[in-house]
Amino acid sequence: MNRRLAQPAATLARGLLTTVTTLACLLLVTFALTSLSPIDPALRALGDRASESSYAEMRHRMGLDAPWPQRFVHYAGNLLRGDLGVSESTGQPVAADLRHVFPATLELATLAMLVSTVLGVALGLVSAWRPRGLIDGVVRIVSLLGSSLPAFWLGLIVLYFFYARLHWAGGPGRLDDAYEYTLDLDSGFVLLDTWRSGVPGAFANAWAHLGLPVLVLAAYAIGQVTRMTRAALLGEASKEYVTLARAKGAGSLRILLHHLLPNTRGLIITVLALTYASLLEGAVLVETVFAWPGIGRYLTNALFAADTAAIVGATLVIGCSFVVINGLTDALVRTLDPRLR
Amino acid sequence: MNPGVKRSAARRSPAAVAGAAIILLCLTLALAASWLAPYDPNKQDLGQRLQAPSAAHLLGTDGLGRDVLSRLLYGARPTLALVALVAAGMVPIGLTAGILAGYYGGWVERFLMGCTDIVMAFPRLILALAFVGLLGPGLVNAALALLLTSWPAYARLARAETQTLRRSDYLAAAEMQGILGTRLLWGHVLPACVPGTQVRLALDMAGIVLAAAALGFLGLGVRPPTAEWGLMIAEGSKVVFDQWWLAAIPGAAIFTLAVGFNLLADGLRDLGDPAHD
Repeated sequence: MNRRLAQPAATLARGLLTTVTTLACLLLVTFALTSLSPIDPALRALGDRASESSYAEMRHRMGLDAPWPQRFVHYAGNLLRGDLGVSESTGQPVAADLRHVFPATLELATLAMLVSTVLGVALGLVSAWRPRGLIDGVVRIVSLLGSSLPAFWLGLIVLYFFYARLHWAGGPGRLDDAYEYTLDLDSGFVLLDTWRSGVPGAFANAWAHLGLPVLVLAAYAIGQVTRMTRAALLGEASKEYVTLARAKGAGSLRILLHHLLPNTRGLIITVLALTYASLLEGAVLVETVFAWPGIGRYLTNALFAADTAAIVGATLVIGCSFVVINGLTDALVRTLDPRLR
Repeated sequence: MNPGVKRSAARRSPAAVAGAAIILLCLTLALAASWLAPYDPNKQDLGQRLQAPSAAHLLGTDGLGRDVLSRLLYGARPTLALVALVAAGMVPIGLTAGILAGYYGGWVERFLMGCTDIVMAFPRLILALAFVGLLGPGLVNAALALLLTSWPAYARLARAETQTLRRSDYLAAAEMQGILGTRLLWGHVLPACVPGTQVRLALDMAGIVLAAAALGFLGLGVRPPTAEWGLMIAEGSKVVFDQWWLAAIPGAAIFTLAVGFNLLADGLRDLGDPAHD
């Protein structure tokens, strides 16, 4: 292989190695947390009236008396085979539960991502067009205030005003009860399922319920995307080729859209990907407030029930998505930007 | 600091001053809560439950008839304590790792920066939830959970600063005078990391206030009946459609404190940026 091809391959391999190491560390962290946890699975299985000998036998059967490296190998092996254990609160395998709830979170986070990408990049462009102008100032203050709002609180307040008071939006949950219990929600994506069902009003009802949680989730991300887009554009604006373009008579709008925006796409894509990852995470709180049947609500319910397998399973799924998105972004940016190859 | 410099800094960045004022106000109110609070924050009076704001109870009463204003004042304490605990843990860990990596280079750097990259790729809030969920709720566990995932930013910052410094003449001069090891890193390298750290810290504090409130809201922070803002929102959320102010008031307090830290960060960043005046 010649050198020009070998180098990107090596970079990609290194990126893959980092991602795999990070995933392994994530496993190690969740394993350590479960091991250090005061929740004793043997005691939970037997109840606290069990005799000393049956307790010891249970610990042995569960493999809890083995040295920790052995337990970790066992644990990692189970996970790699897709066995996340059985949830104590639902009585189902955690993996099946998660397959059931993850689409709802994905749908919420993806829509919020679309909203914050469009609005965030647009506001970033407008602020960078006339830095320190009136619009820039307003955008800056709004994004500062927006990033200081606790999302779960904002959710409660908008529920109160737009649902309870004004009746503009659907309430908590994904659909009104009339649809929730009659429709077949098999894919887990509520828009897709209601569209396919063909039941009149169901699709519109899904949108009415999605509106508020999507906007609340997007509210935080918009500020972040705006600020980073603005910073990336202004950082690029001080370069010499911009001065040259200006000297040749290009207007500020042309410079912004034809020179600065294409050249900062790597940075902007990174910001968007990181935002997407943080939205998957942020969905946890928003889901709790809006009773959205996604992975976040599953996790918080598991936390209240001290359901170890479910807590670890949900953490791992969100964690892995997070790590994989990070890794993919890195690879994407490297292939898009010839300067980084 | 001499007063002339201070005054010009204040004029150059009103945002930083406003932010600092908000934070100081919250701190003062929290410290003086026992004098300022009109009632005992945990005293229940079921005959007076869910009262709207009035002269007797300026911010009304909650579901157990406790005075909301008193609980709000006392509730600032756990939030501020948590923020302080996290800051006191993550900054030293991050700076130490970054300075060692930047100064010694080689495998020390590869190892420390490898750890940094890995922790940076972790989802912070989710790990904090799992940490507190599995090890038990409480202020100290919540703080530990947040600081274990928050230090990498400081390590990166300190490493970049140290690497620039390593090539400087003044560090070479210090080394030639026989200032080596801890004394060199502590006395000559660390001060260079302070300005960047301040901005980053103010910015992180806002995020930590929100994360702390989120943990409290989910019931993973301090235990009831202790007053805490996030917990108060959770208690208010049960009656939000009828007594909306019960959830709105503590949320406004969290928002105000977070705005304070964000303003301070914004102002400090402008002050540190030579292009701005």
